[in-house]
Amino acid sequence: MQQHIVSAFTDELDQLSATLLRMGGMAEAMIRDACKAVVKGDTELAKTVIRRDAELDKLESECERGAVRVLALRQPMASDLRMVIGAIKLAGTIERIGDLAKNVARRSIKLDDSATKASMRGVKTMGKAVSRQLKSALDAYGRRDARAALEVIRQDDDIDSHYNALLRLMLSYVAEDPEQIDSRANVLFIVKNLERIGDHCANIAKVVHYIATGKQVLSEAEIALLASNASSED
Amino acid sequence: MASATPLITPVVRAERTDNPIKIDCRNINVFYADNQAIHDISLLIPDRAVTAFIGPSGCGKSTFLRCLNRMNDTIDIARVDGKIMMDGADINDPAIDPVLLRSRVGMVFQKPNPFPKSIYDNVAYGARIHGLASGKSDLDRIIEKSLHRAGLWEEVKDRLAAPGTSLSGGQQQRLCIARAIAVNPEVILMDEPCSALDPIATARIEELIDELRERYCIVMVTHSMQQAARVSQRTAFFHLGKLIEVGDTETIFTNPTNQRTQDYITGRFG
Repeated sequence: MQQHIVSAFTDELDQLSATLLRMGGMAEAMIRDACKAVVKGDTELAKTVIRRDAELDKLESECERGAVRVLALRQPMASDLRMVIGAIKLAGTIERIGDLAKNVARRSIKLDDSATKASMRGVKTMGKAVSRQLKSALDAYGRRDARAALEVIRQDDDIDSHYNALLRLMLSYVAEDPEQIDSRANVLFIVKNLERIGDHCANIAKVVHYIATGKQVLSEAEIALLASNASSED
Repeated sequence: MASATPLITPVVRAERTDNPIKIDCRNINVFYADNQAIHDISLLIPDRAVTAFIGPSGCGKSTFLRCLNRMNDTIDIARVDGKIMMDGADINDPAIDPVLLRSRVGMVFQKPNPFPKSIYDNVAYGARIHGLASGKSDLDRIIEKSLHRAGLWEEVKDRLAAPGTSLSGGQQQRLCIARAIAVNPEVILMDEPCSALDPIATARIEELIDELRERYCIVMVTHSMQQAARVSQRTAFFHLGKLIEVGDTETIFTNPTNQRTQDYITGRFG
C-alpha cells in the first residue's frame, strides 16, 4: 500500500503491527511449550510459560497505548481506522490466548503419572493443531489476507472435533475408574483451554477479515458464502 | 477532452438514498474556455440531508457546487453542459430567472461576507428585494425567525441596528446563514463555511447545519474530512474534475470502494 504523506503516520501503524506480530509469536511459543510441559512433565518449562505471560500483558498495554495515540493524533480513516480498531481487538485476543496457555502450563504441574498415553497423544496433536491455527491467523494478519482468514475460521471445526473426541475419552476413563477423577479433570481442563485458544484464533481471523475487507463475518452461512465467492474470483 | 467514464456514472446513478431526491445532476461538463473543469458528472442529491463534496484543491468540487445555483453564469468564459433537475425542472432552462433560482438556492461562502449594513438590514435585504414581507411587523417576524434558526438571535437581539461587520467571525458567518435562510430557500450551498473560523465557532456552525438539514437540502464543500464525516450523511469524492465515488458518509469513511478515495481520505495521495 502507498505510504502516507505524513511518514510518521505510516511508521506508527507499522509499529503497531510489529508489536502485534511479536505478541502473536510469543503466544505461539507459549502454547507449544505449555503442551510440551504437559507431555514431558517438564515443570521448569511450565514455569517459564507462566512467567512469559506477564511480558505478553505488557505488550498488550503497549499496543493499546499505541492505538489510542494514533486515534487521538492522526484521526485514521478507512483501512487505517479498521487497522487501529482491529489492533485493539487483536491485542486483547492474543493476551487471552496467553492466559489460556498459562493455564495449560499451570495444570501441567499438577498432573501426576497416571495420565494415559492416549490422552497425552491427544494433547500433543491438539496443541500442534492449535498453534498451527494461530500461526495461520497471524500470517493472514501479516498479509492482510481475507481468504486465508476465512480458511482459519473454517478450520476451527477440526479443533472442536479433536476436543470432543478427547472429552469422550476422558469421560470413559472416569466411568472406568472414578478414583482417578482429579487427574482426568486436569487433562480435561487442559484440552478445554486448548479448544478455547482455537476459538480465539478464529476470532483473530474474523478481525483480520474485517481489517482487510471492511466486512464483518457473522454466521457460518456467511463464511461459506464468502469463501465460495473468494474462490470464484480466481 | 470528453473522456470516457462509463464505469463511474452508472454506479452513481444506481446509488440509493433514503430521502427523496432534490437535485438530479445528469452528465455535467463544465468548460472554462478550452479547459474542461468537470467531466461528465452525474449525481443525485437528496433532500433534507447534508451532502459533502470532498477532494483535493482544484478537483472541481467548488465549480460543481456553483453549477447548482448557476453562479458560473457570471463567468463569461464558462460553459455548462448537461442537465440539472431540481424537483424535476431544469434549472438551466432559459425560462428560469437566475435571480429567482438563487432565492430558492441560497449560498454561504468561505469568508463571512456581511453587507456593510446593520444586522437587521443584512437579514432583511433578500426578503425586501423578493417582496416576501407584507409590512414592517411581517419583516420583523422574518428577521427574528431567521436569526433564531441561525442560532444568533439571543446574541444580537438587543443590537439589531449595529453593523453586521461588528460581529465576530463566527457570528458573521451565522449572520450570512440567517441572510440566506430569510428568503425561504429550499437548498443551501456552503463553500467551506468554516475554514475561516476557530474550532468553537466551527462547532456552532456544524451544530446549526445539523439542525438546518431537517428543513433544507444542504450541499457543502469542505477541505476538512473530519468535518465531512461529522456533519454530512452523504459524501462525494471528486478528483481531477471527475466524481470518483459517492455514498453514505459512514461507508465512505470506513470502507470506501475506490482506491483513490481510500488513498485520499487516509492521507496517502501521492
